[in-house]
Amino acid sequence: MSMAPTLLSVEDLTKSYGGVHAVRGVSFELRAGEILALIGPNGAGKSTCFNVLNGQIIPDSGRVKLLGEDTTGKKPRVIWRMGVGRTFQIAATFPTMTVRENVQVALVSHGGQLFNLWASTARHAREEAGRLLDLVGMGAYAERPCGELAYGDVKRLELAIALANQPKLLLMDEPTAGMAPRERVELMRLTARIAREQSIGVLFTEHDMDVVFEHADRILVLNRGTLIAEGSPEEVRGNAQVRAIYLGEGLVYDARHREGASA
Amino acid sequence: MAFYVVQFLTGLASAASLFLVASGLSIIFGVTRIVNFAHGAFYMLGAYVAFTLTERFSGAFGFWGGIVVAALAVAAIGVLVEMVLLRRIYHSPELFQLLATFGLTLMVEDLVVLIWGPDDLVGRRAPGFKGAIDFFGQNIPSYDLFLIVLGPVVLGVLWLLFQRTRWGVLVRAATQDRDMVAALGVNQKWLFTSVFALGVFLAALGGALQIPRDAVNHAMDLRVIVEVFVVVVIGGLGSIIGAFVAAVLVSELNAFGILIFPKISIILVFLVMAVVLIVRPWGLFGKPEAPVRRTPGLTVNPWRPLTANERLAAIAVLVVAAALPFVAGNYVLTVGSEIAIFVIFAVSLHFLMSVGGLASFGHAAYFGLGAYGVALLAKMAGLPMIACLLLGPLLGLLGAAVFGFFAVQLSGVYFAMLTLAFAQIVWSIAFQWVSVTGGDNGILGVWPEKWAASPSHFYWLSLGIAALAVVILRIIVFSPFGFALRATRDSPLRSEAVGINGKRIQWTAFVIAGTVAGLAGALFAYLKGSVFPDNMGISLSVDALVMVLLGGVETVSGAVVGAIVYKALNIWLVSQTDWSKLVLGAFVVLIVVAFPKGIVGTLEAFLHRRRKSSSSASPVLTSRIETAE
Repeated sequence: MSMAPTLLSVEDLTKSYGGVHAVRGVSFELRAGEILALIGPNGAGKSTCFNVLNGQIIPDSGRVKLLGEDTTGKKPRVIWRMGVGRTFQIAATFPTMTVRENVQVALVSHGGQLFNLWASTARHAREEAGRLLDLVGMGAYAERPCGELAYGDVKRLELAIALANQPKLLLMDEPTAGMAPRERVELMRLTARIAREQSIGVLFTEHDMDVVFEHADRILVLNRGTLIAEGSPEEVRGNAQVRAIYLGEGLVYDARHREGASA
Repeated sequence: MAFYVVQFLTGLASAASLFLVASGLSIIFGVTRIVNFAHGAFYMLGAYVAFTLTERFSGAFGFWGGIVVAALAVAAIGVLVEMVLLRRIYHSPELFQLLATFGLTLMVEDLVVLIWGPDDLVGRRAPGFKGAIDFFGQNIPSYDLFLIVLGPVVLGVLWLLFQRTRWGVLVRAATQDRDMVAALGVNQKWLFTSVFALGVFLAALGGALQIPRDAVNHAMDLRVIVEVFVVVVIGGLGSIIGAFVAAVLVSELNAFGILIFPKISIILVFLVMAVVLIVRPWGLFGKPEAPVRRTPGLTVNPWRPLTANERLAAIAVLVVAAALPFVAGNYVLTVGSEIAIFVIFAVSLHFLMSVGGLASFGHAAYFGLGAYGVALLAKMAGLPMIACLLLGPLLGLLGAAVFGFFAVQLSGVYFAMLTLAFAQIVWSIAFQWVSVTGGDNGILGVWPEKWAASPSHFYWLSLGIAALAVVILRIIVFSPFGFALRATRDSPLRSEAVGINGKRIQWTAFVIAGTVAGLAGALFAYLKGSVFPDNMGISLSVDALVMVLLGGVETVSGAVVGAIVYKALNIWLVSQTDWSKLVLGAFVVLIVVAFPKGIVGTLEAFLHRRRKSSSSASPVLTSRIETAE
């Protein structure tokens, strides 16, 4: 695995809002087939980092390179065309279409057919859409209206959409937020399997530490905009600074919360 | 120099009334999120009621008392409207709210004619402000000076009301987050009602204060509502200070525009609005809107192309329609042609609205451009009819390409207002550029050539083109482009994340819709033999919206049925009653409240439910039958 090429390299990323540093001097790398978790308490800069990577925010300074190509400041749709799939914290799909049509739209876009006014979409890439849906275990739901799906299934559909452009990198913003515990495990196992099989690099943010420690190959810890630790799950778990700042704070909040509740 | 100062002061005086009406609209929007199209109607009612009261009661007390009582009385009517109508549609999509309040406007227009008659009414001068003041040889009416002072005073009173009273704090809180205010236990119903009452009071006061300056007439509502839209869009929806600044800006542009560019004075204001919207889409003092909430009750019934049987049925209907000339007379055929033309117009807007999610309030612009395109080509270039029919709509295409580029940068209410403004620009050009367009007199004598001249031939031509337009648009709906357009409507976030350039897709859709509308306009010019500025007027744009809504905005081709029913009803009503606007307005309100899915949408939902229940109930049914045997 260590021989896999560097997929994503982030160099010295900085972004501030009115004097507050959301992200300061963040650098890291991600290799093909690797699953990397980005964690940190609320306000640590995870979302800012993430939105810079997928092109929604332009950083003040620093660079993002995908397979050696600079993607800094490029629009999300351009970054997608360079081979980055993504899922959102609150799943974003097309609710008025069927499950299959959702995937077909992404395939139409990938095939450069967006301005085709004449062909029939129903026949476009039908099998390929079915294959992607089978991959995420949604094959049986292909003709169902997307608006009728349970949330866990919407998340799986979103993963199928994100895979439509055969991405090299998958960005997942809190992939298991809002899901039941069993669904979380299933979704992450599925993601990990696909990533390994297709050698896709995965970067995800997550609040659920069980998910993080079970599935990540490597973990980055952000606090107040700076990277304070980086390493394997074991290394991060044992890091005193992480315990103090991240896990420790959580306990303090927890205790306060309970006091407040009983008062 | 003195002349310019006087001109400036006249502008300021006009700004006062405009500010009152605009601030009312803005306050209502801020809290209820309803863009009250009927605001102009309340303004007009204020003027009419004040006219009656000030005529009845003389003297200073009678006059000023009459003005205030008129505003209060209209505010009471506003409360009634809010409780009976608006409370039912607060959770409807914004388009439905605009249409319901537009229906109300239509009704009020006929009602004032019914009560006060069709003639202009000239009101009394204000006691104490009858004279004029001499300013370096120029006269300034003292009433203007009163209005100039009144504007800032009202602004100050409103500011105190919102900053210093408990009610004002609640209104400001609700403007920021009305759900949170409701969650904190505030009675939202009465908050909304009181806000609406205040807004209507301000509109009616603005109207009542106009009677010493201007004659009262039954067309003043549309004129003022367009100006007020411009003011709140420039100032920012929901901002009172924005309404004040923009009212002054617009009034001064009007006052000086007429001196500097007498030909394009109307356009000037709209150009400023377009520029503001493009630079600051949420207005000078407004805040960016949160993304539009998803419409509840949106169809979960994905669209399908017609099945083989449905296709046969559609062809059968077309064949029956094509047989009409064998049984019907010339009048019916002419009506039939007009309906076919409006089917084309309606499906073009329907494509933009239901597939693209873009509710244009100025779609008539492209219809009118197509009509003028044909008229100019036929009269000036003398081209044959076929060439005119092919080239005329290109003017619609051109207009849609230019305006659409700017319009698709916005969405929701702002998109609606910008398209309305663009349509008004086009209308103004047709109205004012007399040397080319003939102005108000239009262009006459645009008759079809011999092969298409007879009513039956023209009917077949219109029917054929209508069928073609419907088929082509349906093909586009189910094409990859159609899916990309729906994807952009469904989720801008997701579509961008799968590489779709939403703005370019929407722009293309706008151009397609504009071209098809231009085709309808081209045929219309030949049907009527003439074109007029009204072929691109607001009422035509609203006709199109109603046809789409009546058919069902969530359907693929509901506008076909909507256009047939609406147009037939409209033509029939005009022949049957003098109060067609009253009936039509009531009809629009009824659809919005009772059948928001439209005719086709309601039918589809009904069939869908029946199919579902029959497929699930049938095994039970058969087993029961078996046991019964």
